[in-house]
Amino acid sequence: MSAVVLVSILMTIAAAATPLLLAGLGELVAEKSGVLNLGVEGMMLCGAVAGFAVAWSTGSVPAGFAAAALAGIAAAMIFALLSLGLGANQVATGLALTIFGIGASSLFGAGFVGKTITRLGPLFPADYATHPWLRLAFGHDAMVYLALGLTAAVGLFLTRTRAGLILRAVGENAESAHAIGYRVLAIRTAATGFGGALAGLGGAYFSLALTPMWADRLTAGRGWIAVALVVFAAWKPGRLLIGAYLFGAVATFELQAKAAGWSFLAPEVLAMTPYLATIAVLTMMSLGRGSAGRNTPACLGKPFPAS
Amino acid sequence: MLELRPRRAPSRIMTYLSPLIAIAATMATGTLVFGALGYDGLRAVEAIFLTPLLEPQRWPDLGVKAAPLIVIALGLAIGFRANVWNIGAEGQYVMGAIAGTGIALLTHDLTGWWILPCMLLAGIVGGAAWAVLPALLKVRLQVSEILTSLMLTYVAVQVLYYLVRGPWKDPDGFNFPQTRMFSADQTLPAIAEGSLVHLGVPAALLLALCAWFLLSRSVAGYAVEVVGRAPAAARHGGFDAGRITWATMLASGGLAGLAGIVEATGPFGQLTPQFPVGYGFTAIIVAFMGRLSPPGIVFGALVLAVTYVGGEIAQSTVRLPAAAAGMFQAMLLFFLLATDVLVRYRPVLRRRG
Repeated sequence: MSAVVLVSILMTIAAAATPLLLAGLGELVAEKSGVLNLGVEGMMLCGAVAGFAVAWSTGSVPAGFAAAALAGIAAAMIFALLSLGLGANQVATGLALTIFGIGASSLFGAGFVGKTITRLGPLFPADYATHPWLRLAFGHDAMVYLALGLTAAVGLFLTRTRAGLILRAVGENAESAHAIGYRVLAIRTAATGFGGALAGLGGAYFSLALTPMWADRLTAGRGWIAVALVVFAAWKPGRLLIGAYLFGAVATFELQAKAAGWSFLAPEVLAMTPYLATIAVLTMMSLGRGSAGRNTPACLGKPFPAS
Repeated sequence: MLELRPRRAPSRIMTYLSPLIAIAATMATGTLVFGALGYDGLRAVEAIFLTPLLEPQRWPDLGVKAAPLIVIALGLAIGFRANVWNIGAEGQYVMGAIAGTGIALLTHDLTGWWILPCMLLAGIVGGAAWAVLPALLKVRLQVSEILTSLMLTYVAVQVLYYLVRGPWKDPDGFNFPQTRMFSADQTLPAIAEGSLVHLGVPAALLLALCAWFLLSRSVAGYAVEVVGRAPAAARHGGFDAGRITWATMLASGGLAGLAGIVEATGPFGQLTPQFPVGYGFTAIIVAFMGRLSPPGIVFGALVLAVTYVGGEIAQSTVRLPAAAAGMFQAMLLFFLLATDVLVRYRPVLRRRG
């Protein structure tokens, strides 16, 4: 295989992994604070449609991403209001948020179907990446670098800062954290909002970078895969990075096999692979019951104050 | 200022009142939101929530749309009561339809009364089979059934696409991706000559009655309740949570599969790529709106059927996009979850100071 082909495959993997990494990081932080938000898919779709709408009408892709983050936060605040403010069941509220995101994105996206924008290009000028291998370092778009940078930042935040310690304490033992004087609901709301912002960015990556065109339900369940990746990662940002890039590889394999016209694999079988891989990964995690089970935040999904 | 005080016991009145408050709030918000979007908000809400109820010619359609929602939501509610979150009903619904259609394609040149019962049975088995893996992984390895059942939904839809585009494509169908039409012996009869309402509609009501009896009057129903509300007490009392997970997953999968094959042999008459319309997801809203109880589910299914039929009306009268119905359905669930706080808390007006 020539270097050019190999590099372009690796570039595709990074692009496919980025939305999963972004959405997964956001969910990881929310879950670390004890909030199980199953509305990732819905928040991603809100971000995808808001990002596309703003990028299309202003002509600015960065403005689109900013709008996507805001839309994700807005969607996350609906979740926070219901499940944190009013104590509604987190599983049910997350599902409601996903149904809402699907409906809202296809309602507001109806006018954009088939419209195209100039998609997000590489961050660095082309002459940085004259050699194919240099493209691996300098050829990505800004969101790929942002996702990698945020992974490191979230890792450091959770393990090395006082605020990260407090966030984890709230997720492990909300009652004690409250007794010491930390504002459990405020911290959880902030973590949920961070999750919403990153899910929004991840969703917008689909409509602004991967396919510069609006299509209904274009995230195709990637939000749920992001939730699964957090379990796979045992709530560790570094492992989430590995998981997201593994799934990027699975998605790239699907694309390559389709392009190469492997007739012994029906396109439908290829389209199943990410979902089957998710189930396989979750199963393997549980079989290897090492760190994963012990690492689950103790208060994950439980309401506060307990009712 | 307004303050929420915990009630000593959940309010019975609010349990039944909160779905009605949620509907009213959805109608009010819908008027404002769709008004702000430049539509005639009041007429949109009228078309979606009232017209289907006021025009008798729409009633058969309401029944046809409510039936699958009732059947799927009954199964889901049994699981939700036991804290088993099967949210892959859409996949089980598709798989049930596929299994039943398999029988139909095998018997397409045969006649006999036995064909339809075999198809229905295959639908139940197909739906239940699609719930086996999530149940197994949940019981043996504590893998979240939420994620596995949902992932299998995407897989089921791809299986459907593969079959209707490939091996099951109608040889006389001008290359359209669809199976052959079912024969007369493979089609669910209507309740009366010329009626749109198929036998699945009264059957759904009968199922709701059976489920009501099972949940409120039997030991099995009690076991489900205990495992869901007090897992520790359930272990003490000798109720096996693993068995409850198996039973509720298989029951909800089987019911979703039954709904799938009924929909295929009734309204559709064949399998096409357009078969999955999201009933499996809407049924989640129905289950919550119905307070996880069978009579409530019949009511909830009717409400959601109204939004489906009304959504179609609003498309032609107010030019509302098709997705608007989905927005209304999501709003219903949001407001329901919000008003449910009143079941557990009492709002008290208090002076500051």
